[in-house]
Amino acid sequence: MINTLAQTGARCLLVCQLIGRSGVFLINILGWGKGFKAPCHRVIKQIHHVGVLSLPIIVVAGIFVGMVLALQGYSILSSYGSQEAIGQMVALSLLREFGPVVTALLFVGRAGSALTAEIGLMKTTEQLSAMEIMGVDPFKRVFSPRLWAGVISLPLLATLFSLLGIFGGAFVAVNLLGVYEGSYWANMQGSVLFFDDVIKGLIKALVFAFVITWIALFHGWNARPTSEGISQATTATVVQGSLAVLGLDFILTAVMLGGF
Amino acid sequence: MSLKAQIFVECHHVGFRREDKTVFSGLNMAIKKGQITAILGPSGTGKTTLLKLFCGQLIAATGEVLIDGQDIAELNRVDLFKLRQRMSLLFQTGALFTDMNVFENVAFALREHTRLPEHMIRDLVLLRLDSVGLRGAADLMPSQLSGGMARRVALARSLALDPELILYDEPFTGQDPISMGVLVNLIRQVHEDLNLTSVLVTHDVKEALSIADQVFILAQGRVIGSGTPEQIKQSDDPLVKQFLYGHVDGPVPFHYPAPNLTEQVLHHD
Amino acid sequence: MHNRSLELGVGAFVIAAMVGLLVLALNVSGLRFQADDDVYYLYARFENLSGLSERAKVSMSGVTIGRVVEIKLDTQDYVAVVKMAVEKGVPLSLDTSASVLTAGLLGEKYIGLSVGADEETLLNGDFIEDTQSSIVLEELIGQFLFSRSNE
Repeated sequence: MINTLAQTGARCLLVCQLIGRSGVFLINILGWGKGFKAPCHRVIKQIHHVGVLSLPIIVVAGIFVGMVLALQGYSILSSYGSQEAIGQMVALSLLREFGPVVTALLFVGRAGSALTAEIGLMKTTEQLSAMEIMGVDPFKRVFSPRLWAGVISLPLLATLFSLLGIFGGAFVAVNLLGVYEGSYWANMQGSVLFFDDVIKGLIKALVFAFVITWIALFHGWNARPTSEGISQATTATVVQGSLAVLGLDFILTAVMLGGF
Repeated sequence: MSLKAQIFVECHHVGFRREDKTVFSGLNMAIKKGQITAILGPSGTGKTTLLKLFCGQLIAATGEVLIDGQDIAELNRVDLFKLRQRMSLLFQTGALFTDMNVFENVAFALREHTRLPEHMIRDLVLLRLDSVGLRGAADLMPSQLSGGMARRVALARSLALDPELILYDEPFTGQDPISMGVLVNLIRQVHEDLNLTSVLVTHDVKEALSIADQVFILAQGRVIGSGTPEQIKQSDDPLVKQFLYGHVDGPVPFHYPAPNLTEQVLHHD
Repeated sequence: MHNRSLELGVGAFVIAAMVGLLVLALNVSGLRFQADDDVYYLYARFENLSGLSERAKVSMSGVTIGRVVEIKLDTQDYVAVVKMAVEKGVPLSLDTSASVLTAGLLGEKYIGLSVGADEETLLNGDFIEDTQSSIVLEELIGQFLFSRSNE
């Protein structure tokens, strides 16, 4: 009994310590990156790694999610006789929720795990130490550009995801289900608001990007320097990143809809 | 030149603990400028930890580590990074940057710390690579190199900025006799050519004694023997002897501490 | 350094996303970069808006010619006052009538304008006098039941 209590306490302390360490880690990245001073060409290289290389999965997923939304939406809306509202439904669900959230989840799996593994490997093979000893700060050289690249890439990916989803939905609704094309677009334009839907969706994506990249980099940096440690760190990134996205999504949605 | 100026690295009563294990206690050591110093010791005596203490990656719990007269624990981050540009550490595995080719690895420090024009960087890198015999491998990626080649590239990289102090972490481990010979020669040659202070941490006794000017033997968290290779070979200390000649049993027991065998085998209930 | 293709890839990615955002802005959300001097404002009083909201469409013969900008309650007469922005290129006669309509049975509310015969046109800040409130489904059902029970 007392043993269990002690273990729980020890675990709480460990979690607390971990959160503290990740906070210090973040401050180091931001402090030593000095705002946006991470050299441009390094950020570009990382955008290539985390952004451009994530494009295929985002494109395919976006189109399919849009198509499925149209199918499902049609079957629900047609029972109220308002199939015409399908464009509006597809666009709003994509822009507000599916775009940022699904993109973020895919980003955790594709880019987040890759980042953790890469950093973990750099740590295991002592590349980070080598850098430090050569008088180069890895926070500035390695972590900062990756953080910025993640923060820039994810909103862009989410934009493309939503856009492609809307076109995928249009294809299914218009060509397969026979909804009049004009009403698909007109209904959408009538109900989608640029600032309330599009921009707020992108703000969500921005927040997700920041948190995911932070988690991924931290787990890589904090990994035990063995191959086992790296695989555990990668798993931790995917699990915690996904949960963070879903949890934050609730909070952000609540704040943005002004429910509280 | 005063005596003080001839000493590059100095340890005073250094103590260090890792979790609940004492790695060092009361370690004293003075490494002279311009010499090759070998630090020998069985595995697990914290030789790599010692190098990290020299670089300021770890900070001693008690005592002090002086590099060129500066207490490394007292330096702020900027000064520490400045000091590190004057020294370099060769990792056991080479620690080459896996996302760059050999050329870029060697050019890394030059690009980071200098504003030299591209053609000068190119010349310097090729010269360094040539001195380790790998100019032809400039375009290869680290994954295409053998272990010995990776270490030579790492050596070329460490030398890029003309350091004053170079620390080798287990340079001979896991090498075949040919690359071992190549590395021993390279270390000596580089040492003489560049007027370096070299520190080798190793457990390969033969190679170390063949090139070192000064030897320290570490065990149980402190220095148990020091001097020139000749002095060390004539030491009477049983621990030093066991280590030098590789006896199976001695002060370092063959058996991990365990209860009496007869008792454990016969009385199982 | 030889990372031209990498930079090209990143550039293409960023541009694609920016164009995507533009398409989202213009095509999907129907955002128009309309300066204030392209529109003029009209007011109308309604007894019941039942669900008309700001940014709702103002249309004539099914063509959108403006948006609802502001909705207020007139505390003297207790009627709703709707402020509309209408495109400058559409002059409306003085006896134009406005009504709150519903797109489809359950669709969104919008304001439908029907043109009158007057020579003179409405100016910025004028009120549309002839208005018709939204049909409230509950009232309609109530009337229907009442008339049935009278028969």
